[in-house]
Amino acid sequence: MVETEVACFHCGQECGADLVITDEKRFCCQGCKMVYEILNENNLCEYYSYTKAPGVSQRFVADETYAFLDETTIRKKLLAFDSDSYSTVQFFVPAIHCISCIWLLENLQRLDVGVLKSEVNFSRKQVTISFNPALLSLSKIAALLASLGYAPTIRLETQDKPATDRSLVLKLAIAGFCFGNIMLLSFPEYLGLDGSDPVLKALFSFLNFALAIPAVIYSGQDYFRNAWKSFQQKQINIDVPIAVGLAALFLRSSYDIFSNTGPGYLDSLSGLVFFLLIGRWFQSKTYESLAFDRDYKSYFPLAIQKWMGSDWAPVIVYELQPSDRIRVRHQEIIPADSRLLNGETFVDYSFVTGESKPVKVAKGDLVYAGGRLLGQPVELEVEKKTSQSHLTSLWNNEIFQKAEESGYKKIIDRAARAFTWAVMALAVLTAVYWYFFNPAQMWLVITSVLMVACPCALALAAPFTYGNMLRIFGKHGFYLKNADVIERLAQVDAVVFDKTGTITHGASHVKFVGVLEEDELAWVKQLTSSSSHPLSKLISQSIRSHSTDPVSDFYELTGKGIGGNVNGYNLKIGSSSFVGSIEQKAASSTRVFVSIDQEVRGYFNVETSIRSNIKELVASLGQKCVALLSGDQKSEEQRMREVFPLPIDLRFNLDPHDKMNYVSDLQRQGRRVVMLGDGLNDSGALKQSQVGIAVTDDTGIFTPACDGILQGSQLAHFNSFLRLSKSATQILKVAFGISFFYNIIALSFAVSGNLSPLIAAILMPISSVSVVGFSTMAVNWASRGLNHLKDH
Amino acid sequence: MEIIILLIAISLTIAVFFLGAFIWNMKSGQYDDTYGPSVRMLFEDKKKDSSKDGVSLK
Repeated sequence: MVETEVACFHCGQECGADLVITDEKRFCCQGCKMVYEILNENNLCEYYSYTKAPGVSQRFVADETYAFLDETTIRKKLLAFDSDSYSTVQFFVPAIHCISCIWLLENLQRLDVGVLKSEVNFSRKQVTISFNPALLSLSKIAALLASLGYAPTIRLETQDKPATDRSLVLKLAIAGFCFGNIMLLSFPEYLGLDGSDPVLKALFSFLNFALAIPAVIYSGQDYFRNAWKSFQQKQINIDVPIAVGLAALFLRSSYDIFSNTGPGYLDSLSGLVFFLLIGRWFQSKTYESLAFDRDYKSYFPLAIQKWMGSDWAPVIVYELQPSDRIRVRHQEIIPADSRLLNGETFVDYSFVTGESKPVKVAKGDLVYAGGRLLGQPVELEVEKKTSQSHLTSLWNNEIFQKAEESGYKKIIDRAARAFTWAVMALAVLTAVYWYFFNPAQMWLVITSVLMVACPCALALAAPFTYGNMLRIFGKHGFYLKNADVIERLAQVDAVVFDKTGTITHGASHVKFVGVLEEDELAWVKQLTSSSSHPLSKLISQSIRSHSTDPVSDFYELTGKGIGGNVNGYNLKIGSSSFVGSIEQKAASSTRVFVSIDQEVRGYFNVETSIRSNIKELVASLGQKCVALLSGDQKSEEQRMREVFPLPIDLRFNLDPHDKMNYVSDLQRQGRRVVMLGDGLNDSGALKQSQVGIAVTDDTGIFTPACDGILQGSQLAHFNSFLRLSKSATQILKVAFGISFFYNIIALSFAVSGNLSPLIAAILMPISSVSVVGFSTMAVNWASRGLNHLKDH
Repeated sequence: MEIIILLIAISLTIAVFFLGAFIWNMKSGQYDDTYGPSVRMLFEDKKKDSSKDGVSLK
């Protein structure tokens, strides 16, 4: 390879064969150069001075159109405020990632006078734009953002979603407030200062009681609700003993205070609620901005082109009526059951049926909602009205959901179940004992047992151990959806790799060798964009010239190639034998040949380079590394074999469905599989595996439905991440041990009837603090080896 | 001893006031974006300056 490592001035990625040079600056592709030129023309190059190479790679940007945004109903839904000369809109822009992004997006008014003001919310990756609707349309704004590399993601149903975790913070604040004040008011009691003044004593008790009510009823409500829910489902989770403990504490304290027999345990109670909520809050701090929640709804079409009698205009899909005429283009989802009016095309029903082979439909055939059109644009006549619920029910949920998730019992729930039964048994035994020896004390002792059995430390162990681990992973470019993934990752014993985009760089260098005119290249783009094969996609993305000539008689022969007529010419794209070339295939790269009217014009050289340190990764994984799956031809087998030595299975020519089957076959053999893929043509396999991880070079724009996102540069350290997940699970078990130890000490006080409020007030926080301290330190200690990896 | 009751009343009132202030801050969205404002104040308030040419990398 004759590659020099040159970083793109705009996005910082390595420039490959498509190196473009303007103003003495190097760019990895035309797209990055174009963004630079826009900024340069408008004196916005300060953008490049805040962060080095702040841009987002423009190499694989879909050509989206935003015309539908100007449709009145959609417009109304999106705009937060609208008048004749002033409107406000909020866009979710996943690409926001650095200071330069904020700077550029807040200087939009320098690019277009129609923009009045724009403000970025960095944490939520949102940009709020105020604009003059007389000068600038909504679709123009979206197109402007897209032209800068900040394409907005438009979702109607989540546009007005409120901030999610505010109520948790509010509960935490109130619990903290109550806890602090109750503790302050309890001190005199413990220090024995007010023994002489019964009025003060009563006053403090009742003030404590008043302060405890919001802490229990408002801040602690989730625990009671969850406990009730799990009770109804006849499943015991960690919230059951917590709710029982909280209730016991509150009732016993109320009894003590109103019967004037003691000060109660309200400081312990509010402290418990406070600590528990801290744990919950810590756990909720994951990577919201990475949009793991991209579910099937985000694939729903919003608007569709409808024939209005004289012209095509975009309408919202839910407003379609039977006998409406609509036009659906390549890669668009068919929004309603309808009949094909012209031509012939392919429909990919993989979202509905899971079957990824496209189905051929001819004129007059019925096509069903939820299918994705492949091939030339077609006109359809709507047969049935569509609705959100219809589409939701139709799209096969199983494809988007992990079957494993429901069946898997989390460690914490297993521990909680054992714990709850043990406490129950102990409470009954103690009750029996005291019933015979001192019946007057029985209820007090039982409540004491239930109180100290509240597994606060147990409930804190998991959020802090896993939460810290998530944070450390995130620092090293490995983002997990939630803490449960760590637990599943710890049990993995089979690693399956996808080739394209995972082992090899996602950004392949496509170069045409031969003679093709500009418009002929555009035809090749037209034809390749009709196919879902990864190589077709790569070629289609690499061609910049556009053509509107329709493709007819499109066909695809698996493993051979594609063909069709464009503008009266017969095009064939595929393997050398399919196209009719006599040239021998080179072993080092994949070649895709092109012929026009039976004349071979040359080939596309698709060069993929293997990521660094993959060999070491495979070696360190050892027995765990099971297979490499690829959708490509076998031509690279030799090269891959050098990296993946013999016991490892190498499979080629797999379609997405085969990959999924391969994973489920492994699972049937009892293996627990982690699949690493690019999330594009292996999303089924990612879903099927116990843990599906998308390897990507650009976390900003890539939002697949997977369990984790791993930065491509960190792939070589994947085994360290696996090992760390195992240590995290061990640390958690030790933390459980510590928490049980404190519970046993506290229980020994309770069983013997010696649990005074002071002892409870000391023991409960100590157990929580020591568990949190231990797990935080242990996780940091276990992951110390990761720190030097950053320099690689 | 009455002075203690008064002191407690005052301290609780102040505490409730601050809790209220916190809740109001949170609801008005002051904690929504903790990163943006910290860098926004560092941007230079430059008006459109047509004499500036090309890129100037600091």
